[in-house]
Amino acid sequence: MSEVHQPVSEDAAARIIHTAAAVGAPLVLRGGGTRSLARNDEGHEILSSARLSGIVSYNPAEMTMTAKSGTPLADILAALAEKRQMLAFEPLDLRPVLGTTGNPTIGGVFATNASGPRRFVAGAARDSLLGVRFVNGSGDIIKAGGRVMKNVTGLDLAKVLAGSRGSLAFVTEVTFRLLPVPETAATIVISGLNDAEATAAMATALSMSVEVSGAAHLPETVRGRFLGGDLPAAATVLRIEGLSASVAVRAETLRAAMASFGAVSMLDADATDRLWREIRDVHPYADGTLRPLWRVSVAPTVGHQLVAALRLETGVDAFYDWQGGLIWLRMEAEAEAGLLRHFIKALGGGHATLVRAAPGILATTLVLEPQPDAVAALEARIKAKFDPKGIFSAGVTG
Amino acid sequence: MPDKIAFLPPKKSVLDRRDIIVSDLADLLPKGCLVSEPRGLVPFETDAFIAYRNVPLAVALPETTAQVAAVLKYCSGYGIPVVPRGAGTSLSGGAIPQADAVVIGLSKLSRILDVDYANRTATVQAGVTNLNISEAVSADGYFYAPDPSSQLACTIGGNIGMNSGGAHCLKYGVTTNNLLGVKMVLFDGTIIDLGSKALDAPGLDLLGLVCGSEGQLGIVTEATVRLIAKPEGARPVLFGFQSSEAAGACVAEIIGSGIIPVAIEFMDRPAIEICEAFAHAGYPMDVEALLIVEVEGSEAEMDAMLAGIIAIARRHGVSTIKESQSATEAALIWKGRKSAFGATGRIADYICMDGTVPLSQLPYVLKKTGEIVARLGLRVANVFHAGDGNMHPLILYNINDPEDAARAEEAGNEILKLCVDAGGCLTGEHGVGIEKRDLMLHQFAPVDLDQQMAVRAAFDPQWIMNPSKVFPLEGRPAA
Repeated sequence: MSEVHQPVSEDAAARIIHTAAAVGAPLVLRGGGTRSLARNDEGHEILSSARLSGIVSYNPAEMTMTAKSGTPLADILAALAEKRQMLAFEPLDLRPVLGTTGNPTIGGVFATNASGPRRFVAGAARDSLLGVRFVNGSGDIIKAGGRVMKNVTGLDLAKVLAGSRGSLAFVTEVTFRLLPVPETAATIVISGLNDAEATAAMATALSMSVEVSGAAHLPETVRGRFLGGDLPAAATVLRIEGLSASVAVRAETLRAAMASFGAVSMLDADATDRLWREIRDVHPYADGTLRPLWRVSVAPTVGHQLVAALRLETGVDAFYDWQGGLIWLRMEAEAEAGLLRHFIKALGGGHATLVRAAPGILATTLVLEPQPDAVAALEARIKAKFDPKGIFSAGVTG
Repeated sequence: MPDKIAFLPPKKSVLDRRDIIVSDLADLLPKGCLVSEPRGLVPFETDAFIAYRNVPLAVALPETTAQVAAVLKYCSGYGIPVVPRGAGTSLSGGAIPQADAVVIGLSKLSRILDVDYANRTATVQAGVTNLNISEAVSADGYFYAPDPSSQLACTIGGNIGMNSGGAHCLKYGVTTNNLLGVKMVLFDGTIIDLGSKALDAPGLDLLGLVCGSEGQLGIVTEATVRLIAKPEGARPVLFGFQSSEAAGACVAEIIGSGIIPVAIEFMDRPAIEICEAFAHAGYPMDVEALLIVEVEGSEAEMDAMLAGIIAIARRHGVSTIKESQSATEAALIWKGRKSAFGATGRIADYICMDGTVPLSQLPYVLKKTGEIVARLGLRVANVFHAGDGNMHPLILYNINDPEDAARAEEAGNEILKLCVDAGGCLTGEHGVGIEKRDLMLHQFAPVDLDQQMAVRAAFDPQWIMNPSKVFPLEGRPAA
């Protein structure tokens, strides 16, 4: 078993890092440990945020919250629910897909930039992050950003820490913006479209002034895994949120426009809530297997082309979020990283992350998208500025 | 001015080689793309922060990314400072050059390269103006959301440099939230692409670092931005109050109630008078403070939101409520607001502060701002983005009176420290530039700035990119 450090204060964390840096001893940074499958932290000491926990301040009237990085996401969501506020980016919970336990933390959410269906209108986790406190690889305690919505004072270090997967610094505290929970929501369902037709329908919906806040396509192969099997056929789903009077009007406008694509029905607020959670958490692939699961980000209109191209070569299953631009792709056997990345490039670019696979495949696959040389060199220089001794490099793969 | 903000001393080694440098640059650029005659350089000596002027060594106006790369490669080879320039509308002196600098202007990179409605993106060269993007897609029902007041002139490259905001970013976010990708040139001429039409990019969020880096990390030559479908309708409504404090408290309650309008703009009496005299927008003249609240959506939605907002405003003693009755009236309301800086410039010289404060602190900071300015015998007009706490006190003074100018600068510094001490920051959207550079240590500890400068140095180890800006001149890492 690796030794696990659980500092109770930022100062204590800084001392641990300072000591590790002095001897060049690797430290694996950990939040809730919910992604341990994708990590290779064998034998390294672990620095955990588990005891850096608690909401530091919450100002509902300013729509901001500050919390220590190890605060369980569940605690934060509970506090927000009391004031009918939310994290606009809908952080996803991959535990069912990964088959892991552990308790997701707010620090982990930002470290992975984990963003759900509303991402294409409300931004990713990084867009909600206003400020951070962190300990860099030399043991210095540093603050960046602040707690106001608009802030261009100096370099935006909070952005580069969001999504850096514990490779740059140990984040101890995050300040983020909130949004009010919409009064109500509804989902328009267009049934029976193939992937290409669905892509056209979603593009049309998003060109309208109806403020769609979720646009996903659930092909025939996965639709049975949503809403307990209640969707009658392949479903292209469009979410509308807001004041009830307005949702009713917009839903009707959208329903009329979508009728030219296929049979249209509507889900109420409760079914909407359940469906979009299942989409967010990749419910179809919470299948108890370790079959390779990719998260692919491409331009929305080429998502279905990518899947079609792969189908000719290998066994894949897929569904689409973000208007088709986010593809959850499950391979039948091999990860097929080379093939996948070849097609992504040929279709205009994007990237693929291997979220899940059997240990043997994980060990031999580039889990994160490789960068062009010039960008990789720049990233390495930046990393060295946060962590000169390279002590946070260990185990950062997924 | 007594405490003039210092630029880095010009490098003698560069100044001495001026003629060779000009001749070498001429070889790298097409005819008509290099300015080196003294008279031609004058328009580039300052920006909208007119308190400082420096004639640069030369101005390159490249037509392609490759030419930008060639100039940067050359300049880095000889340690020549480079100052990127969009339209020169910076309010913080971000584009003011220095005597040993080559300015790289974006004005010839002005083409819209691709408009993709299905993916809702536009890819444009960095010298395209902010408004040009919205105009190019308006007929098809789209717009580009960030809308700084200078949007008629300012470029998307400059917007990225400063992470520009605008009135409507309360709902739609600022530049960084609307930027999908860039092509940029690093200090040594390396060309890199960050992001794409996909929503997420792999690796570290370098795009997030570059946005708002004030021309210090490289020069952006192309940008891919998000387009948004225009709302069905939009309606600005004027709310007049008998005190600034009441208006400020009303803003905090609107946001706290869960209603997020597209914009909440604030003007105090001096600002109302200045803007009304200029734009004849129909602002009420018998109030001490005015809020412009814009809601958008369908008629039903706007009505529902407005009902909620009006109820809140009544609790705060609103004395005038005026809804725009036509598109023309709505346009006039915004014209008045967006011409605030220009209109102020007609009656006095001014410096515009840009601190952001937490909403709960708005009434307090407004009151203290008035006290600071009055103590120094100056006048102030407040016109700002209240919904996100981004203040814009315009401190009026006479630029030809050195004592007056010094007092204005002192007032500005005190106001910015007030914003930071109230839990806010020095600048919400105008950038640090040279104007606020020496105040950075009021907001950040040295160790915080050291980390920022270290990251900056990862992009530009020689510190040739816009070097006099953002970070205090003392305590920088050795080049």
